[in-house]
Amino acid sequence: MSDLSLPLGLDFIGANDRARSVTTERRRVRIALIAIAVIFLSLFILLPLISVFIEAFRAGLNTYWVAITEPDALAAVRLTLLVAAIAVPANVIFGIAASWAIAKFEFPGKSFLNTLIDLPFSVSPVISGLVFVLLFGLQGYFGHWLRDHDIQIIFAVPGIVLATIFVTFPFVARELVPLMQEQGTQDEEAALSLGASGFQTFWRITLPNVKWALLYGVILCNARAMGEFGAVSVVSGHIRGKTNTMPLHVEVLYNDYNSAAAFAVASLLALLALVTLAVKIALEWRYADQIAGSNRH
Amino acid sequence: MDALVGNEANRLAPSTLASKGGWEKPMQVTVEDVVRTFGITPALHGVSLDIHPGELVALLGPSGSGKTTLLRILAGLDFPTAGRVLFDGEDALKFTVQERNVGLVFQNYALFRHMRVLENIGFGLRVRPRSRRPNRNDIRHRVLELLDLVQLSGLEKRYPAQLSGGQRQRVAFARALAIEPRLLLLDEPFGALDAMVRRDLRRWLREIHDKTGHTTVFVTHDQEEALELADRVVVMSQGRIKQVGTPDEVYDRPNSPFVFSFIGESSALPVDVEKGKILLDGRPLNLVAKDIPSGPAELYFRPHDLEVEDNLLGGIQGTVSAQRRHGGSRRVELEVDEQRHRIEIDLPADFEPNLGDRISVLPRRWKLYR
Repeated sequence: MSDLSLPLGLDFIGANDRARSVTTERRRVRIALIAIAVIFLSLFILLPLISVFIEAFRAGLNTYWVAITEPDALAAVRLTLLVAAIAVPANVIFGIAASWAIAKFEFPGKSFLNTLIDLPFSVSPVISGLVFVLLFGLQGYFGHWLRDHDIQIIFAVPGIVLATIFVTFPFVARELVPLMQEQGTQDEEAALSLGASGFQTFWRITLPNVKWALLYGVILCNARAMGEFGAVSVVSGHIRGKTNTMPLHVEVLYNDYNSAAAFAVASLLALLALVTLAVKIALEWRYADQIAGSNRH
Repeated sequence: MDALVGNEANRLAPSTLASKGGWEKPMQVTVEDVVRTFGITPALHGVSLDIHPGELVALLGPSGSGKTTLLRILAGLDFPTAGRVLFDGEDALKFTVQERNVGLVFQNYALFRHMRVLENIGFGLRVRPRSRRPNRNDIRHRVLELLDLVQLSGLEKRYPAQLSGGQRQRVAFARALAIEPRLLLLDEPFGALDAMVRRDLRRWLREIHDKTGHTTVFVTHDQEEALELADRVVVMSQGRIKQVGTPDEVYDRPNSPFVFSFIGESSALPVDVEKGKILLDGRPLNLVAKDIPSGPAELYFRPHDLEVEDNLLGGIQGTVSAQRRHGGSRRVELEVDEQRHRIEIDLPADFEPNLGDRISVLPRRWKLYR
């Protein structure tokens, strides 16, 4: 190393720094960058999260317990879980079908479909909700027909489920499409040539090849399904104990100046998010080699 | 259907691998006027080919010659726009890829990355319908036999990512053999391997082929590989078959300038033929071209067929413009007078010309094309 002469003016670099990789910045730059990241995260993400829990328990454990066990809160929790239980499996099926079509077939309108999948991301959730009101509301296109057949979608559970499915649609597909495209169709061709049927090929080759991406997609989809506010707010009608999901219930409580209860329910939601994150990290840690392997060809 | 898939009942007797008789009867493949167009781009223009039972055939050609398309059509992964494909005289196009019972080895092996070697090789047996599926022990037994055949015993618990390129290639090969195919198709089987491993595997593949006797077709762009390995070489270019023949035939008697220059090394010079004489820049060469009509032509020859002439007249004269060691011989580049064409000559290694030396050479073997 000693015969490696450095240009003049760089002599303040320590001996250890000479062995550094070319893409690593100098020490003070590194410290500055890390500091900015940590401060930013603490200020904008960690601090609000902590404050949710502090506010939730400010009025004492007893108030907290009452807030999360009163009938309206329990109904909100049940509704949120029900909506997620419908929306997530539906989007897993839609997501797999769509990404399979996009990644493995050539057909006209493919890039249009690919763009369409992103639509829920780019459209404001409020608009997503309004679309369903326009379609299924009393004044909507199908409103009369639905009323005549005594089917209620808007201001009822079906509308909430539809809006949630719409908003969370991209999560699974967005995880799967790039991976499936990268993996190509050769594994499937190999399986078919070995005599496997279409379903066997899907079940034994395609699905295992994308299982980690699929799991990520499901986790993210679930988190959003439980936390969605905008679209659900438009279609729900805010009927306490009936059409309020947890985020809506938090808003109602907060607007009633019942901030202790609002934060208590909010802390439950936050806890769900944290559990989701923890599951994701645990999976990454436990199956690191397999996850790495599934991206490699 | 039955004739194609074969008699299932006695297919998995233990130790079928030991004797040649245990394998499926090798298959005759006939390709008749096969055309394949992608949109408006033709990939194959009416290709016809007979592949005899037990033969090892190379489809050789540059990229875009249609060789992989033809292989995929044989496999059932692609279908011709027109033409027929017959397996033992029976129309193969009415069968799906699953029904064709063809062993396929992909260029990148396409091993199932989430399965161990054992499961990869046994896959084709495990996915059979229950009535034809061997029991677990038979599958395991057979996979271990195949692993032995491809010399990978002991690696059955590994994942593909834990194997070297050559080992993966052999797993892919064993996986294709496991389904007892009547036809083996290999797409650039050694393309992704380094030169040393490639040479070993070539010899190994030839041995396995001789042992098992499958009708085998492999695609390659490497003429050396094709010549060394194949019983017959099918030279393809731009969707057409240019020549079919044994390695000796395509190398020694190429039927077109394309085959001459694609297979082996070669140089060409523009000449004129006049009354049985070959004129280079108006001067006659000491070569006899009887029965060849007069007119302009291209003289093709190979570097190792050229010999230095003591007599400057009557030879191809030129100036040495470069020379370098080339294996056991010396490769000399000669700038031919006037036309400034460069030709390559292989000379004994102890022949050391100086740059700028004038020498005269004549080919012992050559061909004229026009």
